[in-house]
Amino acid sequence: MGNTPIDMQLLNACAALLLLLSFAMLSQRRVVSLVNLLAMQGALLCIATLLLAWRTGNNHLYFSAALTLGLKVFLLPWLLHRLIRRLQVYWDTEPMLNIAGTMLVGLLIVVFAFGLAQPISALASTATRSAIGIAVAVILLAFLMMITRRKALSQVVGFLSMENGLFFGAMSATYGMPMVVELGVALDILVAMLVLGVFFFQIREQFDSLDLHHLERLREDK
Amino acid sequence: MNFSELATQVLEILAALAAAPLFLGWVNQCRAWLQNRSAPSLWLPYRSIRKLFYKDAVLAQNASALFRIAPYIVFGAMTVAAAIIPSMGTRMALSPVADAIALVGLFATARMFIALAAMDIGTAFGSLGARREMMVGFLAEPALLIIIFLASLLSATTALPAISEYLATQPLALHPSLAFTAVAFTMVLLAENARIPIDNPATHLELTMIHEALLLEYSARHLALMEWAAALKLFNYACIGFALFVPWGVATGNGPLQILVSIPVLALKLALAGAGLALIETLSAKLRVFRAPEFLATAFLFAVLGLLVHLLLGA
Repeated sequence: MGNTPIDMQLLNACAALLLLLSFAMLSQRRVVSLVNLLAMQGALLCIATLLLAWRTGNNHLYFSAALTLGLKVFLLPWLLHRLIRRLQVYWDTEPMLNIAGTMLVGLLIVVFAFGLAQPISALASTATRSAIGIAVAVILLAFLMMITRRKALSQVVGFLSMENGLFFGAMSATYGMPMVVELGVALDILVAMLVLGVFFFQIREQFDSLDLHHLERLREDK
Repeated sequence: MNFSELATQVLEILAALAAAPLFLGWVNQCRAWLQNRSAPSLWLPYRSIRKLFYKDAVLAQNASALFRIAPYIVFGAMTVAAAIIPSMGTRMALSPVADAIALVGLFATARMFIALAAMDIGTAFGSLGARREMMVGFLAEPALLIIIFLASLLSATTALPAISEYLATQPLALHPSLAFTAVAFTMVLLAENARIPIDNPATHLELTMIHEALLLEYSARHLALMEWAAALKLFNYACIGFALFVPWGVATGNGPLQILVSIPVLALKLALAGAGLALIETLSAKLRVFRAPEFLATAFLFAVLGLLVHLLLGA
Protein backbone atom coordinates (compact mmCIF):
# COMPACT_ATOMS: atom_id res chain seq x y z
CA MET A 1 0.00 0.00 0.00
CA GLY A 2 2.72 2.43 0.92
CA ASN A 3 5.14 1.41 -1.82
CA THR A 4 3.60 3.22 -4.80
CA PRO A 5 5.78 6.16 -5.91
CA ILE A 6 4.61 9.62 -4.94
CA ASP A 7 3.69 10.75 -8.47
CA MET A 8 1.45 7.71 -8.94
CA GLN A 9 -0.16 8.50 -5.60
CA LEU A 10 -0.80 12.04 -6.79
CA LEU A 11 -2.24 10.75 -10.06
CA ASN A 12 -4.55 8.43 -8.16
CA ALA A 13 -5.60 11.32 -5.95
CA CYS A 14 -6.33 13.39 -9.08
CA ALA A 15 -8.47 10.58 -10.48
CA ALA A 16 -10.38 10.25 -7.22
CA LEU A 17 -10.94 14.02 -7.08
CA LEU A 18 -12.21 14.02 -10.68
CA LEU A 19 -14.83 11.49 -9.66
CA LEU A 20 -15.69 13.59 -6.63
CA LEU A 21 -16.09 16.71 -8.77
CA SER A 22 -18.47 14.82 -11.04
CA PHE A 23 -20.66 14.11 -8.04
CA ALA A 24 -20.35 17.70 -6.87
CA MET A 25 -21.65 18.79 -10.28
CA LEU A 26 -24.53 16.33 -10.02
CA SER A 27 -25.59 17.85 -6.72
CA GLN A 28 -25.04 21.51 -7.58
CA ARG A 29 -28.12 23.63 -8.22
CA ARG A 30 -26.45 26.93 -9.02
CA VAL A 31 -25.30 27.31 -12.60
CA VAL A 32 -22.44 29.67 -11.68
CA SER A 33 -20.97 27.12 -9.26
CA LEU A 34 -21.47 24.46 -11.89
CA VAL A 35 -19.22 26.35 -14.28
CA ASN A 36 -16.63 26.86 -11.54
CA LEU A 37 -16.68 23.14 -10.85
CA LEU A 38 -16.14 22.52 -14.54
CA ALA A 39 -13.12 24.82 -14.47
CA MET A 40 -11.79 22.94 -11.45
CA GLN A 41 -12.25 19.67 -13.30
CA GLY A 42 -10.24 21.12 -16.17
CA ALA A 43 -7.50 22.24 -13.78
CA LEU A 44 -7.30 18.77 -12.24
CA LEU A 45 -7.11 17.27 -15.70
CA CYS A 46 -4.27 19.63 -16.52
CA ILE A 47 -2.38 18.64 -13.36
CA ALA A 48 -2.93 14.94 -14.10
CA THR A 49 -1.64 15.41 -17.64
CA LEU A 50 1.45 17.22 -16.39
CA LEU A 51 2.14 14.47 -13.86
CA LEU A 52 1.74 11.82 -16.52
CA ALA A 53 3.95 13.75 -18.95
CA TRP A 54 6.64 14.05 -16.31
CA ARG A 55 6.40 10.38 -15.44
CA THR A 56 6.38 8.96 -18.97
CA GLY A 57 8.54 11.57 -20.68
CA ASN A 58 6.01 11.98 -23.49
CA ASN A 59 6.60 15.53 -24.64
CA HIS A 60 3.33 15.88 -26.51
CA LEU A 61 1.48 15.50 -23.21
CA TYR A 62 2.93 18.85 -22.14
CA PHE A 63 1.26 20.43 -25.15
CA SER A 64 -2.05 18.83 -24.37
CA ALA A 65 -1.72 19.99 -20.74
CA ALA A 66 -1.21 23.53 -21.98
CA LEU A 67 -4.17 23.15 -24.32
CA THR A 68 -6.32 21.89 -21.45
CA LEU A 69 -5.24 24.79 -19.28
CA GLY A 70 -6.00 27.41 -21.89
CA LEU A 71 -9.23 25.95 -23.20
CA LYS A 72 -10.88 24.16 -20.29
CA VAL A 73 -9.72 26.23 -17.36
CA PHE A 74 -9.88 29.72 -18.83
CA LEU A 75 -11.60 30.09 -22.20
CA LEU A 76 -14.66 27.85 -21.89
CA PRO A 77 -15.57 28.83 -18.31
CA TRP A 78 -15.13 32.48 -19.29
CA LEU A 79 -17.49 32.00 -22.24
CA LEU A 80 -19.99 30.23 -20.04
CA HIS A 81 -19.85 32.91 -17.36
CA ARG A 82 -20.45 35.53 -20.01
CA LEU A 83 -23.42 33.57 -21.30
CA ILE A 84 -24.85 33.28 -17.79
CA ARG A 85 -24.56 37.03 -17.29
CA ARG A 86 -26.16 37.79 -20.64
CA LEU A 87 -28.96 35.25 -20.25
CA GLN A 88 -29.55 35.98 -16.56
CA VAL A 89 -29.92 32.33 -15.60
CA TYR A 90 -28.38 31.68 -12.21
CA TRP A 91 -30.35 28.73 -10.90
CA ASP A 92 -31.39 25.49 -12.45
CA THR A 93 -34.91 24.46 -11.65
CA GLU A 94 -35.37 21.42 -9.46
CA PRO A 95 -33.97 18.47 -11.46
CA MET A 96 -36.17 15.60 -12.65
CA LEU A 97 -34.98 13.38 -9.83
CA ASN A 98 -34.24 14.82 -6.37
CA ILE A 99 -30.60 15.31 -5.47
CA ALA A 100 -30.29 12.42 -3.03
CA GLY A 101 -31.90 10.08 -5.56
CA THR A 102 -29.58 11.29 -8.31
CA MET A 103 -26.57 10.64 -6.08
CA LEU A 104 -27.67 7.08 -5.38
CA VAL A 105 -28.25 6.42 -9.09
CA GLY A 106 -24.81 7.96 -9.63
CA LEU A 107 -23.27 5.47 -7.22
CA LEU A 108 -24.83 2.57 -9.11
CA ILE A 109 -23.46 4.06 -12.31
CA VAL A 110 -19.98 4.21 -10.82
CA VAL A 111 -20.19 0.54 -9.85
CA PHE A 112 -21.38 -0.28 -13.38
CA ALA A 113 -18.58 1.79 -14.92
CA PHE A 114 -15.94 0.08 -12.82
CA GLY A 115 -17.25 -3.29 -13.94
CA LEU A 116 -17.31 -2.11 -17.54
CA ALA A 117 -13.75 -0.86 -17.41
CA GLN A 118 -12.28 -3.95 -15.80
CA PRO A 119 -11.60 -5.89 -19.06
CA ILE A 120 -10.18 -2.74 -20.69
CA SER A 121 -7.88 -2.15 -17.74
CA ALA A 122 -6.77 -5.77 -17.92
CA LEU A 123 -5.72 -5.29 -21.56
CA ALA A 124 -4.07 -1.89 -21.13
CA SER A 125 -0.40 -1.80 -20.28
CA THR A 126 -0.12 1.77 -19.01
CA ALA A 127 0.75 2.64 -15.45
CA THR A 128 -2.55 4.47 -15.10
CA ARG A 129 -4.78 1.66 -16.29
CA SER A 130 -6.69 1.46 -13.04
CA ALA A 131 -7.97 5.00 -13.64
CA ILE A 132 -9.85 3.95 -16.79
CA GLY A 133 -12.80 2.94 -14.64
CA ILE A 134 -12.90 6.42 -13.16
CA ALA A 135 -12.82 7.98 -16.63
CA VAL A 136 -15.78 5.83 -17.72
CA ALA A 137 -17.59 6.76 -14.53
CA VAL A 138 -17.01 10.48 -15.18
CA ILE A 139 -18.41 10.10 -18.71
CA LEU A 140 -21.51 8.24 -17.52
CA LEU A 141 -22.10 10.66 -14.65
CA ALA A 142 -21.97 13.55 -17.10
CA PHE A 143 -24.58 11.65 -19.15
CA LEU A 144 -26.72 11.35 -16.05
CA MET A 145 -26.39 15.08 -15.46
CA MET A 146 -27.49 15.85 -18.99
CA ILE A 147 -30.48 13.57 -18.54
CA THR A 148 -31.66 14.93 -15.20
CA ARG A 149 -31.20 18.67 -15.82
CA ARG A 150 -33.77 20.85 -17.50
CA LYS A 151 -31.85 24.02 -18.24
CA ALA A 152 -29.86 24.16 -21.46
CA LEU A 153 -26.81 25.65 -19.73
CA SER A 154 -26.47 22.81 -17.24
CA GLN A 155 -26.78 20.33 -20.07
CA VAL A 156 -23.91 22.02 -21.90
CA VAL A 157 -21.81 21.85 -18.73
CA GLY A 158 -22.63 18.14 -18.64
CA PHE A 159 -21.52 17.81 -22.24
CA LEU A 160 -18.20 19.51 -21.52
CA SER A 161 -17.68 17.39 -18.43
CA MET A 162 -18.25 14.32 -20.61
CA GLU A 163 -15.48 15.48 -22.90
CA ASN A 164 -13.23 15.86 -19.85
CA GLY A 165 -13.99 12.26 -18.99
CA LEU A 166 -13.18 11.10 -22.51
CA PHE A 167 -9.91 13.00 -22.43
CA PHE A 168 -8.98 11.45 -19.10
CA GLY A 169 -9.94 8.01 -20.40
CA ALA A 170 -7.73 8.40 -23.47
CA MET A 171 -4.92 9.60 -21.26
CA SER A 172 -5.08 6.73 -18.82
CA ALA A 173 -5.61 4.03 -21.47
CA THR A 174 -3.00 5.09 -24.04
CA TYR A 175 -1.15 8.14 -22.63
CA GLY A 176 -3.20 10.57 -24.69
CA MET A 177 -4.44 10.75 -28.25
CA PRO A 178 -2.28 11.85 -31.19
CA MET A 179 -1.77 15.59 -31.30
CA VAL A 180 -3.87 16.04 -34.45
CA VAL A 181 -6.89 14.35 -32.89
CA GLU A 182 -6.52 16.35 -29.72
CA LEU A 183 -6.35 19.64 -31.60
CA GLY A 184 -9.37 18.59 -33.65
CA VAL A 185 -11.40 17.75 -30.56
CA ALA A 186 -10.42 21.02 -28.91
CA LEU A 187 -11.50 22.97 -31.95
CA ASP A 188 -14.76 20.99 -32.13
CA ILE A 189 -15.58 21.81 -28.55
CA LEU A 190 -14.83 25.47 -29.02
CA VAL A 191 -17.04 25.66 -32.11
CA ALA A 192 -19.78 23.64 -30.42
CA MET A 193 -19.67 26.03 -27.50
CA LEU A 194 -20.00 29.05 -29.76
CA VAL A 195 -22.83 27.50 -31.77
CA LEU A 196 -24.66 26.47 -28.61
CA GLY A 197 -24.24 29.99 -27.28
CA VAL A 198 -26.09 31.31 -30.30
CA PHE A 199 -28.64 28.53 -29.88
CA PHE A 200 -29.39 29.59 -26.30
CA PHE A 201 -30.43 33.04 -27.44
CA GLN A 202 -32.63 31.51 -30.14
CA ILE A 203 -34.26 29.13 -27.66
CA ARG A 204 -34.91 31.93 -25.25
CA GLU A 205 -36.34 34.16 -27.90
CA GLN A 206 -38.69 31.39 -29.00
CA PHE A 207 -39.88 30.13 -25.62
CA ASP A 208 -38.98 32.90 -23.14
CA SER A 209 -37.07 30.32 -21.12
CA LEU A 210 -34.05 28.05 -21.31
CA ASP A 211 -36.03 25.12 -20.02
CA LEU A 212 -35.58 22.38 -22.56
CA HIS A 213 -38.83 20.58 -21.92
CA HIS A 214 -40.45 23.20 -24.16
CA LEU A 215 -38.59 21.52 -27.00
CA GLU A 216 -40.13 18.13 -26.36
CA ARG A 217 -43.39 18.93 -28.09
CA LEU A 218 -43.51 19.41 -31.82
CA ARG A 219 -45.57 22.35 -32.95
CA GLU A 220 -46.68 23.19 -36.42
CA ASP A 221 -45.80 26.56 -37.78
CA LYS A 222 -48.70 28.83 -38.31
CA MET B 1 -4.67 -10.71 29.49
CA ASN B 2 -1.92 -9.22 31.56
CA PHE B 3 -1.64 -6.37 34.00
CA SER B 4 -0.63 -3.64 31.57
CA GLU B 5 -3.54 -4.42 29.20
CA LEU B 6 -5.92 -4.24 32.12
CA ALA B 7 -4.37 -1.00 33.31
CA THR B 8 -4.67 0.55 29.83
CA GLN B 9 -8.28 -0.55 29.69
CA VAL B 10 -9.22 0.95 33.04
CA LEU B 11 -7.29 4.11 32.26
CA GLU B 12 -9.11 4.54 28.95
CA ILE B 13 -12.57 4.10 30.46
CA LEU B 14 -11.83 6.48 33.32
CA ALA B 15 -10.29 9.02 30.95
CA ALA B 16 -13.33 8.89 28.69
CA LEU B 17 -15.74 9.33 31.60
CA ALA B 18 -13.74 12.19 33.07
CA ALA B 19 -12.72 13.99 29.90
CA ALA B 20 -15.98 13.80 27.96
CA PRO B 21 -17.67 16.79 29.69
CA LEU B 22 -14.40 18.69 29.44
CA PHE B 23 -14.29 18.09 25.68
CA LEU B 24 -17.88 19.29 25.39
CA GLY B 25 -17.01 22.37 27.46
CA TRP B 26 -14.02 23.05 25.21
CA VAL B 27 -16.16 22.84 22.05
CA ASN B 28 -18.70 25.21 23.61
CA GLN B 29 -15.95 27.60 24.63
CA CYS B 30 -14.41 27.64 21.14
CA ARG B 31 -17.83 28.19 19.64
CA ALA B 32 -18.45 31.14 21.92
CA TRP B 33 -15.07 32.69 21.04
CA LEU B 34 -15.67 32.29 17.35
CA GLN B 35 -19.09 33.86 17.64
CA ASN B 36 -17.84 36.86 19.65
CA ARG B 37 -19.73 35.83 22.76
CA SER B 38 -18.14 35.69 26.19
CA ALA B 39 -17.32 32.04 26.69
CA PRO B 40 -18.85 29.85 29.39
CA SER B 41 -16.46 28.22 31.80
CA LEU B 42 -14.67 25.10 30.67
CA TRP B 43 -16.07 23.32 33.72
CA LEU B 44 -19.68 24.24 33.11
CA PRO B 45 -20.72 20.74 31.93
CA TYR B 46 -19.31 19.24 35.15
CA ARG B 47 -21.15 21.78 37.27
CA SER B 48 -24.45 21.22 35.56
CA ILE B 49 -24.08 17.45 35.85
CA ARG B 50 -23.29 17.80 39.57
CA LYS B 51 -26.17 20.17 40.09
CA LEU B 52 -28.54 17.75 38.37
CA PHE B 53 -27.38 14.85 40.51
CA TYR B 54 -28.32 16.79 43.66
CA LYS B 55 -31.84 17.57 42.53
CA ASP B 56 -34.95 15.48 43.11
CA ALA B 57 -36.19 13.62 40.06
CA VAL B 58 -39.66 14.41 38.79
CA LEU B 59 -41.41 11.79 36.71
CA ALA B 60 -44.55 12.04 34.64
CA GLN B 61 -47.45 10.10 36.09
CA ASN B 62 -47.70 7.71 33.18
CA ALA B 63 -43.96 7.09 32.91
CA SER B 64 -43.22 3.38 32.67
CA ALA B 65 -40.19 1.52 33.94
CA LEU B 66 -38.63 1.90 30.50
CA PHE B 67 -38.52 5.64 30.94
CA ARG B 68 -36.64 5.31 34.22
CA ILE B 69 -34.24 2.64 33.07
CA ALA B 70 -33.35 4.22 29.71
CA PRO B 71 -30.76 6.73 31.05
CA TYR B 72 -28.81 3.91 32.70
CA ILE B 73 -28.87 1.80 29.54
CA VAL B 74 -27.80 4.72 27.36
CA PHE B 75 -25.03 5.70 29.73
CA GLY B 76 -23.94 2.08 30.02
CA ALA B 77 -23.86 1.62 26.25
CA MET B 78 -21.69 4.71 25.84
CA THR B 79 -19.31 3.55 28.57
CA VAL B 80 -18.94 0.13 26.96
CA ALA B 81 -18.34 1.87 23.65
CA ALA B 82 -15.61 3.93 25.30
CA ALA B 83 -14.09 0.68 26.51
CA ILE B 84 -13.61 -0.76 23.04
CA ILE B 85 -12.35 2.36 21.29
CA PRO B 86 -8.57 2.64 21.38
CA SER B 87 -8.09 6.23 22.50
CA MET B 88 -4.64 5.86 24.07
CA GLY B 89 -3.32 2.34 23.61
CA THR B 90 -4.32 -0.41 21.21
CA ARG B 91 -3.47 -3.27 23.55
CA MET B 92 -6.57 -3.38 25.68
CA ALA B 93 -8.00 -6.19 27.77
CA LEU B 94 -11.50 -5.85 26.36
CA SER B 95 -10.54 -5.49 22.69
CA PRO B 96 -11.32 -9.15 21.76
CA VAL B 97 -14.81 -8.74 23.24
CA ALA B 98 -16.36 -6.55 20.58
CA ASP B 99 -15.36 -5.31 17.16
CA ALA B 100 -16.26 -2.15 15.26
CA ILE B 101 -19.57 -3.55 13.99
CA ALA B 102 -20.64 -4.29 17.54
CA LEU B 103 -19.69 -0.71 18.31
CA VAL B 104 -22.17 0.56 15.72
CA GLY B 105 -24.70 -1.80 17.31
CA LEU B 106 -24.03 -0.25 20.71
CA PHE B 107 -24.74 3.20 19.35
CA ALA B 108 -27.92 1.86 17.74
CA THR B 109 -29.04 0.33 21.05
CA ALA B 110 -28.56 3.62 22.83
CA ARG B 111 -30.44 5.46 20.10
CA MET B 112 -33.33 3.01 20.22
CA PHE B 113 -33.73 3.35 23.98
CA ILE B 114 -33.58 7.15 23.84
CA ALA B 115 -36.29 7.14 21.17
CA LEU B 116 -38.48 4.65 23.06
CA ALA B 117 -38.16 6.61 26.28
CA ALA B 118 -39.03 9.84 24.50
CA MET B 119 -42.21 8.27 23.13
CA ASP B 120 -43.03 6.63 26.45
CA ILE B 121 -44.61 9.73 28.03
CA GLY B 122 -46.73 10.40 24.98
CA THR B 123 -46.09 14.12 24.61
CA ALA B 124 -46.02 15.56 21.12
CA PHE B 125 -42.44 16.81 21.39
CA GLY B 126 -41.07 13.49 22.53
CA SER B 127 -42.59 11.61 19.60
CA LEU B 128 -41.47 14.32 17.20
CA GLY B 129 -37.91 14.18 18.52
CA ALA B 130 -37.90 10.38 18.42
CA ARG B 131 -39.03 10.29 14.82
CA ARG B 132 -36.39 12.79 13.77
CA GLU B 133 -33.69 11.00 15.71
CA MET B 134 -34.56 7.70 14.04
CA MET B 135 -34.59 9.37 10.63
CA VAL B 136 -31.11 10.78 11.16
CA GLY B 137 -29.98 7.50 12.68
CA PHE B 138 -31.11 5.18 9.94
CA LEU B 139 -29.35 7.36 7.37
CA ALA B 140 -26.15 7.88 9.35
CA GLU B 141 -25.67 4.26 10.37
CA PRO B 142 -25.01 2.77 6.90
CA ALA B 143 -22.52 5.56 6.22
CA LEU B 144 -20.70 4.79 9.46
CA LEU B 145 -20.72 1.07 8.67
CA ILE B 146 -19.23 1.66 5.23
CA ILE B 147 -16.51 3.85 6.72
CA ILE B 148 -15.67 1.00 9.07
CA PHE B 149 -15.79 -1.54 6.24
CA LEU B 150 -13.22 0.47 4.30
CA ALA B 151 -10.89 0.57 7.30
CA SER B 152 -11.47 -3.17 7.74
CA LEU B 153 -10.66 -3.82 4.08
CA LEU B 154 -7.41 -1.90 4.43
CA SER B 155 -6.31 -3.71 7.56
CA ALA B 156 -8.05 -7.08 7.09
CA THR B 157 -9.71 -7.02 10.50
CA THR B 158 -12.84 -5.55 12.04
CA ALA B 159 -11.38 -5.06 15.50
CA LEU B 160 -10.95 -1.34 16.04
CA PRO B 161 -7.69 -1.55 18.06
CA ALA B 162 -6.11 -3.76 15.39
CA ILE B 163 -7.28 -1.39 12.62
CA SER B 164 -5.81 1.56 14.48
CA GLU B 165 -2.55 -0.27 15.11
CA TYR B 166 -2.27 -1.25 11.44
CA LEU B 167 -2.93 2.28 10.20
CA ALA B 168 -0.56 3.81 12.76
CA THR B 169 2.35 1.63 11.64
CA GLN B 170 1.92 2.24 7.89
CA PRO B 171 4.35 4.55 6.08
CA LEU B 172 2.89 7.93 5.31
CA ALA B 173 1.14 7.92 1.91
CA LEU B 174 -1.70 9.66 0.11
CA HIS B 175 -4.91 7.69 0.45
CA PRO B 176 -7.77 9.29 -1.49
CA SER B 177 -10.08 6.60 -0.12
CA LEU B 178 -9.26 7.47 3.48
CA ALA B 179 -9.60 11.18 2.72
CA PHE B 180 -13.11 10.62 1.34
CA THR B 181 -14.15 8.52 4.28
CA ALA B 182 -12.72 11.12 6.67
CA VAL B 183 -15.08 13.69 5.15
CA ALA B 184 -17.95 11.20 5.41
CA PHE B 185 -17.06 10.49 9.02
CA THR B 186 -17.04 14.18 9.90
CA MET B 187 -20.52 14.52 8.45
CA VAL B 188 -21.77 11.47 10.33
CA LEU B 189 -20.24 12.83 13.52
CA LEU B 190 -22.06 16.14 13.08
CA ALA B 191 -25.38 14.42 12.43
CA GLU B 192 -25.12 11.79 15.15
CA ASN B 193 -24.09 14.21 17.86
CA ALA B 194 -26.82 16.74 17.12
CA ARG B 195 -24.35 19.36 15.89
CA ILE B 196 -25.19 22.34 13.80
CA PRO B 197 -26.02 21.49 10.22
CA ILE B 198 -28.56 18.96 11.52
CA ASP B 199 -29.47 20.12 15.01
CA ASN B 200 -28.52 23.04 17.21
CA PRO B 201 -27.36 21.80 20.63
CA ALA B 202 -27.73 25.23 22.18
CA THR B 203 -31.41 25.81 21.59
CA HIS B 204 -34.81 24.67 22.73
CA LEU B 205 -36.50 26.07 19.67
CA GLU B 206 -39.34 23.63 19.33
CA LEU B 207 -39.56 23.39 15.57
CA THR B 208 -35.93 22.50 14.97
CA MET B 209 -34.76 20.57 17.99
CA ILE B 210 -33.96 16.87 17.84
CA HIS B 211 -31.73 16.01 20.75
CA GLU B 212 -33.36 18.40 23.22
CA ALA B 213 -36.83 17.17 22.29
CA LEU B 214 -35.83 13.67 23.34
CA LEU B 215 -34.69 14.83 26.77
CA LEU B 216 -37.54 17.22 27.43
CA GLU B 217 -39.26 15.02 30.02
CA TYR B 218 -36.13 14.08 31.94
CA SER B 219 -34.97 15.78 35.11
CA ALA B 220 -32.34 15.48 37.82
CA ARG B 221 -30.16 12.36 37.85
CA HIS B 222 -31.80 10.94 34.74
CA LEU B 223 -31.09 14.11 32.83
CA ALA B 224 -27.56 14.24 34.23
CA LEU B 225 -26.89 10.72 32.94
CA MET B 226 -28.38 11.57 29.55
CA GLU B 227 -26.28 14.72 29.23
CA TRP B 228 -23.18 12.87 30.34
CA ALA B 229 -23.95 10.10 27.85
CA ALA B 230 -24.31 12.69 25.07
CA ALA B 231 -20.90 14.15 25.99
CA LEU B 232 -19.47 10.61 26.04
CA LYS B 233 -20.94 9.94 22.62
CA LEU B 234 -19.20 13.00 21.19
CA PHE B 235 -15.96 11.95 22.87
CA ASN B 236 -16.34 8.40 21.52
CA TYR B 237 -16.96 9.62 17.99
CA ALA B 238 -13.92 11.88 18.18
CA CYS B 239 -11.81 8.94 19.36
CA ILE B 240 -13.12 6.67 16.57
CA GLY B 241 -12.09 9.43 14.14
CA PHE B 242 -8.60 9.57 15.66
CA ALA B 243 -8.29 5.78 15.57
CA LEU B 244 -9.17 5.64 11.88
CA PHE B 245 -7.72 8.81 10.39
CA VAL B 246 -5.01 10.20 12.69
CA PRO B 247 -3.79 7.14 14.55
CA TRP B 248 -0.26 8.46 15.08
CA GLY B 249 0.87 8.75 18.65
CA VAL B 250 -1.39 6.01 19.96
CA ALA B 251 0.49 3.44 22.03
CA THR B 252 0.90 0.26 20.00
CA GLY B 253 2.91 -1.61 22.60
CA ASN B 254 2.54 -2.46 26.25
CA GLY B 255 5.14 -0.15 27.73
CA PRO B 256 3.95 2.30 30.39
CA LEU B 257 6.10 4.98 28.76
CA GLN B 258 4.16 4.70 25.50
CA ILE B 259 0.88 5.13 27.36
CA LEU B 260 2.29 8.15 29.17
CA VAL B 261 3.29 9.71 25.85
CA SER B 262 -0.10 8.97 24.32
CA ILE B 263 -2.00 10.97 26.96
CA PRO B 264 -0.75 14.44 25.90
CA VAL B 265 -1.05 13.37 22.25
CA LEU B 266 -4.70 12.51 22.80
CA ALA B 267 -5.24 15.80 24.62
CA LEU B 268 -3.69 17.69 21.70
CA LYS B 269 -5.83 15.83 19.15
CA LEU B 270 -8.96 16.51 21.20
CA ALA B 271 -8.11 20.19 21.51
CA LEU B 272 -7.62 20.51 17.74
CA ALA B 273 -10.71 18.44 16.94
CA GLY B 274 -12.83 20.51 19.31
CA ALA B 275 -11.64 23.75 17.74
CA GLY B 276 -12.28 22.32 14.27
CA LEU B 277 -15.75 21.18 15.27
CA ALA B 278 -16.55 24.64 16.63
CA LEU B 279 -15.26 26.18 13.40
CA ILE B 280 -17.48 23.92 11.27
CA GLU B 281 -20.47 24.73 13.45
CA THR B 282 -19.81 28.45 13.22
CA LEU B 283 -19.31 28.47 9.47
CA SER B 284 -22.35 26.42 8.54
CA ALA B 285 -25.99 27.26 8.92
CA LYS B 286 -28.54 24.88 10.30
CA LEU B 287 -30.23 22.88 7.57
CA ARG B 288 -33.95 22.44 7.36
CA VAL B 289 -34.93 19.08 8.77
CA PHE B 290 -36.02 17.97 5.32
CA ARG B 291 -32.54 18.69 3.97
CA ALA B 292 -31.01 16.34 6.53
CA PRO B 293 -31.48 13.23 4.34
CA GLU B 294 -29.60 15.04 1.58
CA PHE B 295 -26.75 15.86 3.95
CA LEU B 296 -26.55 12.26 5.10
CA ALA B 297 -26.90 10.91 1.57
CA THR B 298 -23.83 12.98 0.75
CA ALA B 299 -22.01 11.42 3.71
CA PHE B 300 -23.03 7.97 2.46
CA LEU B 301 -21.87 8.91 -1.01
CA PHE B 302 -18.44 9.99 0.27
CA ALA B 303 -18.09 6.75 2.20
CA VAL B 304 -19.06 4.57 -0.76
CA LEU B 305 -16.84 6.60 -3.09
CA GLY B 306 -13.96 5.99 -0.70
CA LEU B 307 -14.70 2.27 -0.79
CA LEU B 308 -14.98 2.19 -4.60
CA VAL B 309 -11.82 4.23 -5.09
CA HIS B 310 -9.99 1.85 -2.82
CA LEU B 311 -11.28 -1.17 -4.71
CA LEU B 312 -10.34 0.30 -8.08
CA LEU B 313 -7.14 2.20 -7.45
CA GLY B 314 -5.96 0.23 -4.45
CA ALA B 315 -5.14 3.51 -2.79
